[in-house]
Amino acid sequence: MSVEAQTAEAVAGGFDNSLGAAVRRRWEAWKAGDVGVMPVIVGLLAIVIFFYSQNDNFLTAGNFTNLMVQMAGVTTVAIGVVFVLLLGEIDLSIGYVSGIAGVVVAKLQFPDGSWETTGLVAIIVAVIVTALIGLFQGSFVAIVGVPSFVVTLAGLLFWQGVILYSIGEQGVIVIDDPLVNDVSNYFFSDTGGYVIAAVAIALYALATLSGVVSRRRHAIHTDNLVLVALKLIGFAAIVIGAVWWANEERGFPVAFLLVIILLVFWTWIAERTTFGRHVYAVGGNAEAARRAGINVRRIRIVVFMISGAMAGLGGVIFASRLSSVDLNAGGGTILLDAIAAAVIGGTSLFGGRGRVISALMGSLVIATVANGIDLLGYSSAIKYMVTGAILLAAVTLDTISRRRLERAGR
Amino acid sequence: MTDTIASPAAAVAVETPTLETREITKSFGSVRALEDVDFEVRGGEVMALVGDNGAGKSTLIKCVAGIYSIDEGEVFFDGRRVSISGPKDAAKLGIEVVYQDLALCDNLDVVQNMYLGREVRDFLFRLREPVMEARTADVLRGLRVTTISSIRQQVASLSGGQRQSVAIGRAVMWNSRVVILDEPTAALGVAQTEQVLELVRRLSEQGLAVVLISHNLHDIFEVADRITVLRLGRNVGVYERRETTQQEVVHAITAGVPTKVSGIATEDEEAVE
Repeated sequence: MSVEAQTAEAVAGGFDNSLGAAVRRRWEAWKAGDVGVMPVIVGLLAIVIFFYSQNDNFLTAGNFTNLMVQMAGVTTVAIGVVFVLLLGEIDLSIGYVSGIAGVVVAKLQFPDGSWETTGLVAIIVAVIVTALIGLFQGSFVAIVGVPSFVVTLAGLLFWQGVILYSIGEQGVIVIDDPLVNDVSNYFFSDTGGYVIAAVAIALYALATLSGVVSRRRHAIHTDNLVLVALKLIGFAAIVIGAVWWANEERGFPVAFLLVIILLVFWTWIAERTTFGRHVYAVGGNAEAARRAGINVRRIRIVVFMISGAMAGLGGVIFASRLSSVDLNAGGGTILLDAIAAAVIGGTSLFGGRGRVISALMGSLVIATVANGIDLLGYSSAIKYMVTGAILLAAVTLDTISRRRLERAGR
Repeated sequence: MTDTIASPAAAVAVETPTLETREITKSFGSVRALEDVDFEVRGGEVMALVGDNGAGKSTLIKCVAGIYSIDEGEVFFDGRRVSISGPKDAAKLGIEVVYQDLALCDNLDVVQNMYLGREVRDFLFRLREPVMEARTADVLRGLRVTTISSIRQQVASLSGGQRQSVAIGRAVMWNSRVVILDEPTAALGVAQTEQVLELVRRLSEQGLAVVLISHNLHDIFEVADRITVLRLGRNVGVYERRETTQQEVVHAITAGVPTKVSGIATEDEEAVE
């Protein structure tokens, strides 16, 4: 068979879906610089093994549930960061925007009569407010053309000022609303956890199956069925394992369920909808997107709204965890942790490459390091240095793999 | 160049031009990029558009594609007057442009690029990947593009000729009537250039009106049926490929003096004076 005939057949759909071919394709992509989530998984394993060898408490169920709650807020904020980075933009305001959400929730539930409303309404209003902040900042970027770095740097200062102004006299607002507090402090019963696991696995299986059936119907290649089954089994094992482990202690935290739902929802938006496709296109080549008739401005503005809204939801989780909002709301390492999480998880700073799941992978790395160093009793000085080194390694890897992808073209 | 490639397309060409511009003028500030430019292309023919750098080729194309708005003048499609105020309008009429810089997203795969901006989706806004993938394979097979091993690989990993094929494939998959190719062979090797020219010929054989912009007269004399020469924002002549020579066209491009040419060019001679 001539080379030409072979390639023609490949285009025609004669797709080799044996296991060997799948591995070979993955290896080729890896060599070309498309490394995916592998580096972060390997890195995470190394970190876990290191800390476990140093301290037996590291892998206890108690520490595991702690970790899940600890990282919920940053992961939520980082999901918004992923979208902004996909465009090749940056949002430096997310830290204090999350603080604004905390302030709004705290004020709206505070029982002094003037603003008081139910917890759910307070949360919804907070997210709407932060989305509108995103709309405002995104409009400057998309319509006026001010660099996002500067717009959101101004936002960082401005919203910090607003937080100080609005809770200046009291210094702290205590949150009494049970629903708001439950966001970070409720844990499912053992049965509840397993029911959630069962539902998650069923949904995953259904989605996989419908994908395979639909591809069969259109007579185009499907992935190797053994591989599909292995993925499904792996997914089920991770979900059941996580729930079982959490059940050993306090149970599966509702905050983490929220994070999982957000991850699934935004992954679906990013990879299965027209909007998501256009975000990748604008990040890859904005001019090409514009010529293809995509409304680039609208995409940019909506992405900044997503960034604002996710920062807001993250802020609700932070406020709930402390059951209060004080003058430090939205400060500290929230901003840098969220951006670092997205980048460490494998989202490119150059735009157009990355996945929503990298928000989880990255903040898992950061939270694991922070948690492990706390357990070993080192100071936060060490924590910053280690996290900084990991961030540098991640960005270097991104830059190198980008260069290799470019070279692979010629 | 020789009679062997004299395509039957010229004979098929219908009388009403598929796309026609009349006295188009476009300025950028004080710079007149186009001045009273008449231009036409018919179904089934390859119309070459040539001119030196800054002659206004790209500006003319962008006006027709809805990227630039036209200051003065009219555009006719199938003899009807139309107004094109954006890329979407042009696409609706069936005018597709393959730009010199290709306008592909490197980070997306072949299927995603082919459907960029026109994704097939269901009532839940979900992308229908299987439909798009199957159709992409069909289109590329129809154009006999056989060098792309997987249509699910990122465009970044394709060669120049393959990228050009993807860009052209994207242009023709929408029941398009007019395909405009901006320097499709620039930066390509000999074999890849030959492939792309073959592709251009196939487009006109399928009845499309093809506009080919190029600096390479060799390529143009190989595939074009007619040649429009722009100079300093003006149309200085339209030449039948079989009745002209490279020297004559070069002369028109550089000096702009219309030498004796076939009937169509007479109005343009007035315009130049």
